[in-house]
Amino acid sequence: MDFGLSEEQVMLQETIRSFALSECPTTRLRELFDDGSGHDPAHWTALAEMGVTGLVVAEEYGGAGLELLDLALVAEVFGESAMPGPFLGHWLATLGLGLAGTESQRSQILPALAKGEKTACVALQEGVGAWAPKEWTVEVRGNRISGVKNVVTHAAIADGILVGLEAGKLAWVDARAPGIEISNENGIDRTRPFSTITFDDVEAEILEQGDGTAEKLVSAASVLLAADAFGAASKLIDLDVAYAHSREQFGQPIGQFQAVKHAIARLGTEMEPTRALWWHAAYALDHLPEEASRAASMTKAHITDRAMAAARESVELHGGYGFTWECEVQIWFKRIMFDRSFLGNPEQHREQCAALAGW
Amino acid sequence: MDLQYAPEHEEFRESVRAFLKGWPLKGDEAELPKEEQESLFRQRGIDAGYVYRGVPTRYGGSGQPNDAIKDRIIREEFYQAGAPGDLPSQGAGMLVPTLLEFGSEEQKERYVARALTNTESWCQGYSEPGSGSDLASLQCQARLEGDEWVLNGQKIWTSGAQRADMMFGLFRTEPEAKKHAGISYLLVPMDRDGIEVRPLREMSGGFEFNEVFFTDVRIPAENIVGERGQGWAVSRATLIHERNLIGNPFMIREAFDDLVQLARTRIRNGRPAIEDSGVRQRLAEIEGYVRTSETSNLLQFTAAHRGEMLTAMRPMMMNKVCSTDTTQRIMKCAYDLLGSDGLLAPLDEELNTWSRTTTSTGWVLQYMFSMGPAIAGGATNIQLNIIGERGYGLPRDLRKPF
Ligand SMILES: Cc1cc2nc3c(=O)[nH]c(=O)nc-3n(C[C@H](O)[C@H](O)[C@H](O)COP(=O)(O)OP(=O)(O)OC[C@H]3O[C@@H](n4cnc5c(N)ncnc54)[C@H](O)[C@@H]3O)c2cc1C
Repeated sequence: MDFGLSEEQVMLQETIRSFALSECPTTRLRELFDDGSGHDPAHWTALAEMGVTGLVVAEEYGGAGLELLDLALVAEVFGESAMPGPFLGHWLATLGLGLAGTESQRSQILPALAKGEKTACVALQEGVGAWAPKEWTVEVRGNRISGVKNVVTHAAIADGILVGLEAGKLAWVDARAPGIEISNENGIDRTRPFSTITFDDVEAEILEQGDGTAEKLVSAASVLLAADAFGAASKLIDLDVAYAHSREQFGQPIGQFQAVKHAIARLGTEMEPTRALWWHAAYALDHLPEEASRAASMTKAHITDRAMAAARESVELHGGYGFTWECEVQIWFKRIMFDRSFLGNPEQHREQCAALAGW
Repeated sequence: MDLQYAPEHEEFRESVRAFLKGWPLKGDEAELPKEEQESLFRQRGIDAGYVYRGVPTRYGGSGQPNDAIKDRIIREEFYQAGAPGDLPSQGAGMLVPTLLEFGSEEQKERYVARALTNTESWCQGYSEPGSGSDLASLQCQARLEGDEWVLNGQKIWTSGAQRADMMFGLFRTEPEAKKHAGISYLLVPMDRDGIEVRPLREMSGGFEFNEVFFTDVRIPAENIVGERGQGWAVSRATLIHERNLIGNPFMIREAFDDLVQLARTRIRNGRPAIEDSGVRQRLAEIEGYVRTSETSNLLQFTAAHRGEMLTAMRPMMMNKVCSTDTTQRIMKCAYDLLGSDGLLAPLDEELNTWSRTTTSTGWVLQYMFSMGPAIAGGATNIQLNIIGERGYGLPRDLRKPF
């Protein structure tokens, strides 16, 4: 019975955190945010060398063979630093291929993804938040697919796409295959730009898969988004505390006013204990299959909802400055907006929890 | 991270379960009054090494080696079985740990065993009319005259004082000293001349707490725990135990499960309320908090077990606010499910028990009771100050000198 991190996990987080602090400080983040690319190839290469692109790829395909909790720990740090880059989609694609690909598909596709030589994205969501595999509608005829997917993050720079199909199937598609039309959207979170993709009779590798693979993939996505939102909210609380110390009104730091102090204490009390919620949900995906799906939905609903409330409060705590583009708060505000609304909002996930409990 | 218990601990769990087959009592024993049944079983728990494990056998505990995982298993299993384990009383829960840490040998021998079995019951005399959150401003006085303390003043909101044999309380013994330095921790027999207990009626209608008046009450000089003027530090230790009592995720889970059951049985728009999408949303949101408490409890448990106190520090500070708020969310939701049944006042027999009942009037009572933890043992605002100032290092409130 041990509900804590291993030394390796602590070290993994420390390594990534110090990378993010030195290579993606706010000045650099701001450039990437403003230019809208949401991607720095130098970050990608460096993090790939550190193994981040292949964390959950099996060792036989050149990855680190780690678990979802390890990945979520990195997602937390990326949330803290609002790290731009195609990591989320890439991780989910490697996870999906690992779960659903045949031996030959895996050995063909995964090594280049693990090393970060190629970049992948995932096309899961449809409509305005149809995230659950049972809602997917992309049609399959033989090895050709047709349909529309949206909110495909970093599709513009991806080499390959993992696509969710009707009946919860999955396929792997070359991003440059004929019949694919990628239309870039003006997304709110400029650290993770996204596109709508139309597939018109596109050649695809349909993946073999066991029961519940697609569900496991979206559950993994929920946990990673929750960990990201947790990291982002922690960063906002740090910003709030710093501002409460430095900003003075009525001859004292605003943090000395109880209304401000208590607001920050409340945000902390809503967020800090939820660290255990996403640790547990991440662990459940690898070790407690019966509760994993419900734990993931509960975690996404609870944490992204609380984090969004924290983000709104953080804007208010920064006063007029908080309302500006210049103030850093908006970057994490939008990061959390994304984590909250992508792949099912809290209301949808709560209904899922209710249904899975047999209520 | 590994949520499996080791084989030796699984074995231990089996032995606890086997022991718990003895509860409820059977045969003639099942005819005894409820309290006697509980005492009997609790004593068996002590003899078997499952109850009061941290208390040495010479003081009436079971004196087991420190093993946090076994403690946890026992707590889980006793809770599941609804069996009487460590008493959640002021005496066993608060006084005993304090005496074990600060008491003299004579005090431990004299008081601990009786507090554990509740053969001597205790109340907590801290709050005064003018000193609640600002407890250290307390004015109740104890003057040393020869080999006796002479007490004068008033305590208030003293839970259980009407039944208590003894009080552990804070008194100002050094009027000249600075605020916190002038306080001592005294043990007061409640049958002394000059003590008057007047019941206070609670909003719920019951009479659980009281005012206690002291007029030239004389108690032996040796009834002090720790040194003169050290009472503040001694009492802080008890308050930590009180906060631990309050943050119990098993209790929150049980209340939540009862809430789900209530939603299944109440009717909304001609259907079970649990089929209503608004109710489902609310339940799932509340369960997010319940699950957070449960998992955070595990995290803190491991951190404490490994000695990583820094990891556990902030979430520990937050436990009281979290559990207070989560319990209140549960009770508010239950109250809304009651509809106009929520207009009926609790029954007398419900008022006089601390155990939760899930009749509709029982829920009404809990709806009111759930206000208590937001005030007692450190009001929520005070907790938020602690979290803000000690947890996040924000500047301290301005305070007037004493
Ligand atoms: C059910 C119950 C059982 C109790 N049992 C006992 C018992 O057995 N023994 C005992 O000694 N006492 C007991 N108490 C008393 C309890 O400890 C006090 O009520 C508590 O400490 C608060 O003190 P107060 O009532 O004087 O409120 P006050 O301190 O007057 O507080 C009133 C309001 O002001 C706020 N406030 C006060 N100071 C500040 C500040 N610095 N910043 C912001 N807000 C502030 C509080 O949060 C609260 O909302 C019990 C209380 C209850 C409700």
